[in-house]
Amino acid sequence: MISIFQNYGGELLYGLGQTLLCSIIALVFALIIGSGFAILEVVPNKFFRVIARVYIEVFRNIPLLVITMFFYVVIPMYIVEISGFASGTIGLILYSSAFIAETVRSGIQSVDPGQMEGARANGLSFWQAMRYIVLPQAFRYVIPPLGNQFINLVKNSSVLAFVAGFDLMYQGNVIASDSLQSMSTYLCVGVLYLILTLPLSYYMRYLEKKLA
Amino acid sequence: MKKIISRIGLLLTLLLMVVSLSACSSAASQKNVLKDDKQTKTITWGVKADTKLFGLMDVRDNQIKGFEIDLAKAMTKQILGKDGKARFIQVTSQTRMPLLRNGNIDAIMATMTITPERAKQVDFSRSYFDAGQAILVKNGSPIKNVKDLNHKGAIVLGVVGSNSVQNIKKFAPKARVLQLSDYSQALTALKSGQGDALTTDNGILYGMSIENPGYSVVGGTFTKEPYGIAVDKGQGQMRDAMNNALTKVENSGQYNKLLYKWFHKVHGFDFKGAER
Repeated sequence: MISIFQNYGGELLYGLGQTLLCSIIALVFALIIGSGFAILEVVPNKFFRVIARVYIEVFRNIPLLVITMFFYVVIPMYIVEISGFASGTIGLILYSSAFIAETVRSGIQSVDPGQMEGARANGLSFWQAMRYIVLPQAFRYVIPPLGNQFINLVKNSSVLAFVAGFDLMYQGNVIASDSLQSMSTYLCVGVLYLILTLPLSYYMRYLEKKLA
Repeated sequence: MKKIISRIGLLLTLLLMVVSLSACSSAASQKNVLKDDKQTKTITWGVKADTKLFGLMDVRDNQIKGFEIDLAKAMTKQILGKDGKARFIQVTSQTRMPLLRNGNIDAIMATMTITPERAKQVDFSRSYFDAGQAILVKNGSPIKNVKDLNHKGAIVLGVVGSNSVQNIKKFAPKARVLQLSDYSQALTALKSGQGDALTTDNGILYGMSIENPGYSVVGGTFTKEPYGIAVDKGQGQMRDAMNNALTKVENSGQYNKLLYKWFHKVHGFDFKGAER
């Protein structure tokens, strides 16, 4: 295991960096898009609700690999050239945002409807009430499940390996076949994933304690 | 303070688990594969199932078919006698070594090039097919041979675990190499324009160009890639039996028949050089 780190440290670190980069980009965009669709799901306008519903059901129920392969293979053929890294990250954003939307929606709906009514009765508009009254409470409720989604997102970034995205899993496959020591290579890769996900899960736990 | 200690404790436990896991990798393989196979009258071969001409899964009857499959059947009959059975297990470049070392398969015949590094991990028979590395490009591509790939921005597609990705780094060091999980995926990536050329052994590329007339093999071969049958280290008897069986299959003319059966449709295949 140590010899793997010594001989292939550069590759592993580069892979770790790519995984981290992909995860951060995907995390930010998935959170924004997911929250957006979560709000759309609870607005009074039925048209928006249907759009949000369709988006979530489509991307929640298609395997991540299929979405990613679609962007890797089909889009470059007909529309625009995108690299493996980009197609993997886009796939990850779409897939995770659907799950995050469902999580945030459950948070919004678990806020007592009286809060919204009270805010409206005091003269706030729907969006103001959402922004200042409902969402702050909703996010507090959903921190634990959101933490789950974030950790899943980091682990799901291994989908990049299938489209030559140079992430940790890809480097693991390459190193395993090069060094012929599959066991210790994948152990190294597992440890590196732990290094990414453990702090994340501790941070989410800290947030949970602090806010909830 | 207490919390920090408990956290460090947790990390240490995890590390301990990892270390103890990595310690238990060498086991098994202290048995005589040839003897066991003679008793069960079966040899389990690890073969490719995604490689046209060598080993390809036929979806209509769920059988793997190809040159290597036929050769393996012929050799099984030589080793175990007329009632010997060949069992085929599908492997990839990544899985074949671990499967062999775990004892899940008795021998690998999966377009595996004999290399010194691999010879440290497994025992090879002598070569049963002399392939060479080449490149596959779209018809009308400006790339005519491997030297045309040696510039910044060129992207070469290969397969994880194959020898060819190491070689291409020597012949076209400036090109970027993308390693995909198997040949069909690498071909799909080539078709959707994710790379300029696909590189691997010519035998495999010929199979792809038969299936996809819009793509052709250019520039000839630039390496020698002898395919060998791999058995686990310490199975010298098995390897000797393989070599003997191969010689018998070659001398009886069966080898040339199989070669013709699978490669006669390939445009530009060098029969004189490949016959035994």
